[in-house]
Amino acid sequence: MIARLLRAAGPPAVAFLAFNLAWEAATRLFDVPLYLLPPPSRIVRALWQHAGTLWRGTAITGQAALAGFVLSAGFGVLSGVVLASARWVERAVFPFTVFLQTVPLVAIAPLLVVWLGFGIRPVAVAAFIVSVFPVIVNTVTGIRSVDPALIDLFRLYGASRPARLVKLELPAALPSVFAGLRVAAGLAVIGAVVGEFVASYAGDDAGLGMLALTFSRESHTDRLFAAVGLASLLGLAMFSAVSLASHLALRNWHASQQPPGR
Amino acid sequence: MSNPVESPSPRAISVSLRSVRRTFPTGVTAVDGVDLEVGPGEFVAVLGPSGCGKSTLLRAVAGLDPVQAGRVEVGAPGAGAPGRHDLAFVFQDAHLLPWRRVRGNVALPLELRRVGRPERLRAADEAIAQVELAEAATRFPAQLSGGMRMRVSLARALVTDPGLLLLDEPFAALDELTRQRLDEQLRALWRRRRMTVLFVTHSLSEAAFLAERVVVLSRRPARVVGEVAVALAEERTAALRTTPEFVALVRRLQDLLAAGGA
Repeated sequence: MIARLLRAAGPPAVAFLAFNLAWEAATRLFDVPLYLLPPPSRIVRALWQHAGTLWRGTAITGQAALAGFVLSAGFGVLSGVVLASARWVERAVFPFTVFLQTVPLVAIAPLLVVWLGFGIRPVAVAAFIVSVFPVIVNTVTGIRSVDPALIDLFRLYGASRPARLVKLELPAALPSVFAGLRVAAGLAVIGAVVGEFVASYAGDDAGLGMLALTFSRESHTDRLFAAVGLASLLGLAMFSAVSLASHLALRNWHASQQPPGR
Repeated sequence: MSNPVESPSPRAISVSLRSVRRTFPTGVTAVDGVDLEVGPGEFVAVLGPSGCGKSTLLRAVAGLDPVQAGRVEVGAPGAGAPGRHDLAFVFQDAHLLPWRRVRGNVALPLELRRVGRPERLRAADEAIAQVELAEAATRFPAQLSGGMRMRVSLARALVTDPGLLLLDEPFAALDELTRQRLDEQLRALWRRRRMTVLFVTHSLSEAAFLAERVVVLSRRPARVVGEVAVALAEERTAALRTTPEFVALVRRLQDLLAAGGA
């Protein structure tokens, strides 16, 4: 168990350490100004000195990202089911869902402020807008790829439409839905951070995005790095949580979860 | 008074096809002018070259596809349309629900017909025992061999105690030995239950080994070239395959296939 963990975590840990050492050495050796590129040691110190502010920021951004992600998961799967229910529905509505994917978030965020005011709500909606599209698309794809023979089987035994959805289409779409959710988890954090640039203000309840903006204006590049690092970790944490849920749900039956060579 | 072992199951259903034609939406005619009468409790093999329209015929009998001309009657004439649950269909591959254990897969047809849980699990266990898979009842399909999966598929078809069993080259993807064992098992099952069986195959020896009567189809568009009554013993074992009678029967079927342009 420990040996396996070491084998898995060892190489990336060594690479991370080597990268940071090189970074540290380079910034010191070439005397790079702090506002341009602080060494890792300074970033860690900033992290330590501003732990309270940064931790609160992480919690606030995390809340908004999580709310946006939950909205995405619910709305995305539901729309996917509706879109997959009939070809004409898909043809009529799908082009407009593509709009969700192509809308420039930074441009639409001020509009969200007009509608929802400042605070967590427009930020959560920004996270939602950015992350919902992969959930919709993957749900539709998953339901559309159900084995036609199984659909015949359900027809043969006179299964009702809801029974077919619950007992066949949704479970069959699950691997695909989870693939969408994993992408959405990372995107939700990006959406929340970008949303905060526009839809929140500096203060006690400033999220990571707002903090990053403030630190950048103050040329506190070490703190900026700390905030950015925490935002990345937040995205990674959400991605990992969804991956774990996916693994637990699929481990018994899906090819992606079977040991190799089987 | 006939021997009770040889009398058909009271549930057995007859099948009657009259000049059936099936044309795909693409314009290709798969079956044209096929007549076929299958009495209750008969085991009939439908033999034809690959891609001749055998499966199409079977799907029409199951009511999965419409026919463009002719009549498909399933059940005693005048008895009205039989409930769809009186027949069962076994596909070319197992087509199991990978997220369900063997038991849940076998119980599925009863679940879709809203049979209560204790009753359907009891019926499932019985069907599983009939295909000799009792020790695998709690495994997932991914943990089974191809032959075992096909037996689960067979058990799923038997669980409703169907009066008509339709099999579409069910063992074609299996290795020769597994296939012969499953042929024997199927034959034994039929002798015990005496439901009507329509077995589609492109294998001469499989048709000869299993059926009481073999109907030979021509190349596409399929029509009936001829039929052969199989005058072999009731009890059939692997040893039968090398007897002169069996070889002669296979040769006759071969000649008929050749006459059909195969």
